[in-house]
Amino acid sequence: MPHRIEVTFKEGIRDALAEKVKRGILEHLGLPVEEVRRVEVYVIDAPLTREQLEALAQGPYSDPILQRWSIDRPIASDFDWLIEVGFLPGVTDNVGRTAREALMARLDLQLRDDERVYSSTQYLIKGRLSREEAWRIATEYLGNPLIHRFVVLSRVEWDPEKGVGPTVPKVTGLKGGRVERFPLQQLDDEALMRLSQERLLALSLEEMKAIVAYLRRSEVREERLRIGIGEGITDVELEAIAQTWSEHCKHKIFKAEILYVDEETGAEERILSLFDTYIRRSTEEIRRRLGDRDRCLSVFEDYAGVWAFNDRWALTFKVETHNTPSALDPYGGALTGIVGVNRDPFGPGKGSKLIFNTDAFCFAPPDYDKPLPPRILHPRRILEGVREGVEHGGNKSGIPTVNGSIVFDERYLGKPLVYCGTCGIMPRQIQGEPSHLKRADPGDLVVMVGGRVGKDGIHGATFSSEELHEASPSSAVQIGDPITQKRMFDCLLIARDRGLYKSITDNGAGGLSSSVGEMARGPGGCEIWLDRVPLKYPGLDPWEVLLSESQERMTLAVAPEKVEEFLALCRKMEVEATVIGRFTSTGKFHCLWRGQTVAYLDMDFFHEGVPRMRLEARWRRPEHREPDFEPPDDLGEVLEGMLSRLNICSKEWVVRQYDHEVQGGSVVKPLCGLWDDGPQDAAVLRPLLESLEGVVVSHGICPRYGDIDTYWMTACALEEAIRNNVAAGGDPERMAALDNFCWPDPVPSEKNPDGPYKLAQLVRANKALYDFTTAFSVPCISGKDSMKNDYIGGGLKISIPPTVLFSVISKIDDVRQSMTMDAKAPGHLVYVLGTTYEELGGSEYFAMRGAVGNEVPKVRALLSRELFRRLHQAIREGLVASCHDCSDGGLGVALAETAFAGGLGMEVDLREVPREGVSRDDFLLFSESQGRFVVTVPPDRKGAFEGLMAGLPFAPVGRVVAEGRLLLVGLSGRVVVDRPISQLKEAWCRPLAF
Amino acid sequence: MGGKVKVLVLAGNGINCEYETAHAFRLAGAEEVEIVFIYDLLEGSKSLDDYHILCFPGGFLDGDDLGAAKACANRFLHARVKRTGERLWDQVLRFIEEGKLILGICNGFQLLVKMGLVPAMGGRYGQQQATLTFNDSGRFEDRWVYLKVNPSSRCVFTHGLEKLYLPVRHGEGKFLVADHGVLGELFEGGFVVLQYADRDLNPTMQYPLNPNGSEGAVAGICDPSGRVFGLMPHPEAFHHFTNHPRWRRESLPEVGEGVEIFRRGVQFIKENVL
Repeated sequence: MPHRIEVTFKEGIRDALAEKVKRGILEHLGLPVEEVRRVEVYVIDAPLTREQLEALAQGPYSDPILQRWSIDRPIASDFDWLIEVGFLPGVTDNVGRTAREALMARLDLQLRDDERVYSSTQYLIKGRLSREEAWRIATEYLGNPLIHRFVVLSRVEWDPEKGVGPTVPKVTGLKGGRVERFPLQQLDDEALMRLSQERLLALSLEEMKAIVAYLRRSEVREERLRIGIGEGITDVELEAIAQTWSEHCKHKIFKAEILYVDEETGAEERILSLFDTYIRRSTEEIRRRLGDRDRCLSVFEDYAGVWAFNDRWALTFKVETHNTPSALDPYGGALTGIVGVNRDPFGPGKGSKLIFNTDAFCFAPPDYDKPLPPRILHPRRILEGVREGVEHGGNKSGIPTVNGSIVFDERYLGKPLVYCGTCGIMPRQIQGEPSHLKRADPGDLVVMVGGRVGKDGIHGATFSSEELHEASPSSAVQIGDPITQKRMFDCLLIARDRGLYKSITDNGAGGLSSSVGEMARGPGGCEIWLDRVPLKYPGLDPWEVLLSESQERMTLAVAPEKVEEFLALCRKMEVEATVIGRFTSTGKFHCLWRGQTVAYLDMDFFHEGVPRMRLEARWRRPEHREPDFEPPDDLGEVLEGMLSRLNICSKEWVVRQYDHEVQGGSVVKPLCGLWDDGPQDAAVLRPLLESLEGVVVSHGICPRYGDIDTYWMTACALEEAIRNNVAAGGDPERMAALDNFCWPDPVPSEKNPDGPYKLAQLVRANKALYDFTTAFSVPCISGKDSMKNDYIGGGLKISIPPTVLFSVISKIDDVRQSMTMDAKAPGHLVYVLGTTYEELGGSEYFAMRGAVGNEVPKVRALLSRELFRRLHQAIREGLVASCHDCSDGGLGVALAETAFAGGLGMEVDLREVPREGVSRDDFLLFSESQGRFVVTVPPDRKGAFEGLMAGLPFAPVGRVVAEGRLLLVGLSGRVVVDRPISQLKEAWCRPLAF
Repeated sequence: MGGKVKVLVLAGNGINCEYETAHAFRLAGAEEVEIVFIYDLLEGSKSLDDYHILCFPGGFLDGDDLGAAKACANRFLHARVKRTGERLWDQVLRFIEEGKLILGICNGFQLLVKMGLVPAMGGRYGQQQATLTFNDSGRFEDRWVYLKVNPSSRCVFTHGLEKLYLPVRHGEGKFLVADHGVLGELFEGGFVVLQYADRDLNPTMQYPLNPNGSEGAVAGICDPSGRVFGLMPHPEAFHHFTNHPRWRRESLPEVGEGVEIFRRGVQFIKENVL
C-alpha cells in the first residue's frame, strides 16, 4: 500500500507561491478567486513504517518553521475547490526523484528500482467558480493535460476520510521487446506512403523508394539473410532511417537542388545546396582572406562552432530552436530547449565548460483577445511558460543568461519561436591534443552517460519536420532535469581533463540512433546492444530505445583500458553510465537486442542514402500600400506611443528573473544605467577571472523587414548583431556569428501552394548571408534551421514570418574598454553617427499605423564597416562616454533610452542629424536606417573624437543636460518634443511590467 | 598544518558558484584554495579536518526540489562517510569546535540555516531555528542591494565593515523565524550581521531595496561564536570593479568590496588558528 505525505504552510505564514497562483488565475484567465493555498504531496510507493514516514515528514519533506504535515490523512480543509495536479505516468518528476534520494539518505536504506516517490501539488481554492471554471484553472493555468493528471473536487464532493487517495502514476502495461518487420519490397506506392504516415516517419515516396532500392540490392539481400535479420526491414531500421533522414537532422531543404526564378528580371539560377553555396562558402572565403588572423578552429563539423579566444582557450557556441515542444508545453519545451542546447557546446571536440546562455523569443502579443484555434495556447501563457522554463534551465545549471530579446507579431500564434543559445570555453590543448578534435576508433566502447531512457520525445526529430496540427503527438513534450545534467557535466569535465574518453556527442534529436550513428562515421561502424540501455521503466521496444529523445544524456567513446576508471568516477559522482556497445570498422550500423540482430544497415546508405530534393523557388517582390498620413502634431505623444510598443518596451520583467551574473565574470549586464534598468545593446563578460580578456555577445533579429524582402531582413539582422556588439565595445575585426533560420514550410504541396515564394525568400536570405558576412568579414561558425513553422487546425493555417536570428560573439583584450548605452554626465556632447534615410518600410512606426510600406532599410556595408572600426577605436581610446545602437524605433527611441537610462535630460537639434532625402520630423525620428548610433562624448574629448571620425557621416546634434527633459528641435526650427524623461520612461516600462 | 590558510570550497550536486568563490578567496590572500566535490567528502577521500575555512557556495542543491537546500541539509545531517563510517555531521561539528570558519552564501546560507548551523542560539547546532522561504514577489530576481552591517555583531567576516553593496540572485531568500520573540533575540544576541537597507543605510522592508520581504530586513546571520556566517547576497560576485552594475558611471577601486568578507575570514585564520 503506497503512502501519502502531505505538507502545507502553517496558519498565518505567507505562501508567496500560492499568492502568485491567485494573481495568475486572475491575469491569465480573468477569474477572480478569493484565496489559494497549496499542499505539497509525496506519494511513496514503498513499504515504510509509521516511524520512518514521520522521520521523512519532519525531516526532508517539510520545514519546521513554515509547514505542518500529515501522513495517510488528508490535510486539506476549508475550500470551495480542490485541484490536485500530478504528472502523467512516465513524465519526468524532478521533485519525486529528489524526494526518493532524500528518503534513502534519511532512512539509510536502498530502495528497489521500482520503488519510487511521486510528487504532486494540491491547490485549495476559495471562490465562486463553476466546475467548468475550476477545470479551466486546472488545465489552462496550473497544468497541461499533455503531461499532467488532475483531480478536481468541489467542497461537496470532498470526503475528508478518503481524501484524494494515493494514486501511483507508475508506467505499467507495457510489454516491450517487440520487433516488427515490414516487407517494403512488396508494397505499392500507396502502401509505402500509408506506412510513412501511420508511423509518423515523415518520409516522402521518393525516400521510401530509395529504401526499397537499397533492400533489393543483391549484396544487401544476401548479407541480411546471412546475418539472420531477414529480407524485410525492421521497425528499428525504418525508424532509424526516418530519423536520420528527417528534415530536422539532414537539412534536406538547405541541401536541395533549387531552381530559382526571379520573376522581376526573368533570370533563372540553379543552386546546388543553399548551405554549401552561401553559408559554407562564405565562411571558407572569409577564413582564407583572414589568413593567420582566422580564429575558426572547427566550423559546421560538430554540434557547435569552435573559435579561438586566445592562444590557450577556445570558445564553443551554438543556438538552437525548440519551437514545437514550446507550442505544446511552453515550460517543458523551453526548459528542454535550454538544457538541450547546453549539450551542444558541451559536445564539440572533447567538451567545454558552459559560460553563458542567450535567448530570443518570438510570440504573439500577450494581450491577444481573439478566439484561439484548436490546440493553440494563449500567447500570455506561452510567454510566461517559456520565460519560466528558460529561467529554471539557466539558473539551475549555473549558467548566466546574458543576452536576448522578445519579438511580438500575431503570426507567431501558431508556433512560437524559442531560440536558446549557449557558449562554452575549453582549453585548446587537453592531454597534449587539440581539444576541438575527437575520434572514436574501432574497439572503443560506446558509453551512455546521464539520464535514463523512456518514451520521451519519441519522434521529436520527425515531428519537428512537419507542421503542428490538431493530432500532433504529445510524446514530443518533455520536462528537463537541469540537476541531473549539471551533475553529469561536473563529472565529464573531470573525466575530460583526465583523458578518460576520446569522443563525446549529445543525445538530442534522434537519440542514440543519431549520436552513435554520427560518432560511428569515423571508425566506420558500430554495434549497439539496445537491451543494455538503462530504462526509466520497463517495457520499451528496441526501436523506442534507439530513438528515444530522453534528455540529459551524452554518448561517449571510451577506450577499453580506460573504461573501469571512467565508470568508477561516474559512480562516485552519482552519475549513471553504462557501456551499451562498441565501435567497429565493419561499415555497418548494427543493433542487437538480447543477441539478436534487429538493425543492420550500411553506414553509407544510412548517412548518405537520402535522395536530394529538387525544388523550385519563384521570387516576385510584394507590393504593399504606402501609408499616407499627415505628420502628427504632437511628436512627444507619438514618441511615448513608440516607447510603449511591445517590440520596443522594457523587458526588465524577464531579464531580472534570469541570473545574469553567476560565474563571476559579469562586466556589462543586460540592464545598465543610473537605475540599472537601461536596455543594454550587448553583454560583456570575462570567462577567465584571472584575465581581463572578454567576450562580447549580441544578436540581431528583424522579421518585419522580411515582409518586403528577406534579403534586406537578413542583411539588417546581421548588421544589427554586429552593431550591437560594437556598441558595447566589441571588436568588429574579431567576430564570429551563428545563423538560425526559422521558416514557414517552403516545400510546395496542396496545403502549401505558395511554397515557391517562401523558398525564394529563403534563397534571398541566403544570398544576403553570403554577401554581408563576407562584406563584414564575420564568418558563421555554426547554425541551425527549422523549416516547418506552420500550424494547421480548425480550418486555419498560420505560418510564421520568415525569421533569421544572428548571434555574434567578439573578443576584446581588456574588458575595462567596454561600453554601456546610458548617458553619463551633463555637458557631454550628443553625436549621431551614420546617415538617416527615409527607410520606414517594415518599421515599428509604420506597424503602429497598421502599414508595412516598401522602403526597407538597406545595409551599406562598406560604410558601416569603416564606421564600426573607427567607433571601436574611439571606445578603446576612451573618447566615448556612452554608445547606443539605433534599431527598432530608430533615432527617437535611441535618444530617449540614452537619456532616461542615464537619469539625465538631452537637448538635440534634429536639423544637425546627417540625413538624405528625409523631410519629415517623424520620419527622421523613426526611420530604421542601419549603420547608426547615438554616442555621447565628454567635451574634452571632442577634438580627438571628431578627428577620428573625420570623413564619415556623423554630427554633433546636442548635449546632455542635468534637467530631466528630452527636448528635440525639429527640422523647421521649432520644438517638436519636450517631455520629462520620467514620463518617457514610464511609457517604456509599463507594457510588460507583469 | 603549516602556515598556509587552507580553504575548502564545496562543489557538486547543483552548486554553481564554486569557481568565482574560490577566486575571491585567492584574491583575499588564502594560499591554498581547493574546490572539493561533495562526493569526495562522502567517499572519504577528502576530510574537513584538513582545512581551515569551509565554504558552501551558491547554487541549486538538488535543484532545491524539496525547498531550498533542504535535501542536501538532510544528507549532511544523516549521511555517513564511506571509508570511515563516521557521520559527515560529526566532521562539521568538530570543525566548528576547533575554532575554524564556515561561510555559506545564498544556497549555502539556506543550507546552513536548514542544517541548524546558524543561528544555533544556545549553541544548539543541528536544530533549525529559522528559515528562508519564497520571496514575497514569488519570483527569482537578480538585483543589487545595499547592506548595513550590524556593528554589534560578533561575525568575524564583517568585523569593522559598515556597509556593502552586492547582488542577490534568489527566489527563496525571505528570512523568517517562528515568532517575534526569536527575532528580538537574534538582534539582541548579535546574531544579525547584515540587513537590507536604503542608500542611506536605513534598514528597510521596502521592495525592491529589501528584495524578498525578509523579517527585520535580515540578509545574513551568524552563530554564537561569530565564526559561522551565512548571507543571501553574493560577495564573490563583486570581486572586481567591473562587476559593479554602474562601474562605467562611478570611480571604484580595482578590487570589489565583496572580497572584504573573504579577506577577514583569511585574516582571522592567520591570526587565531595558524
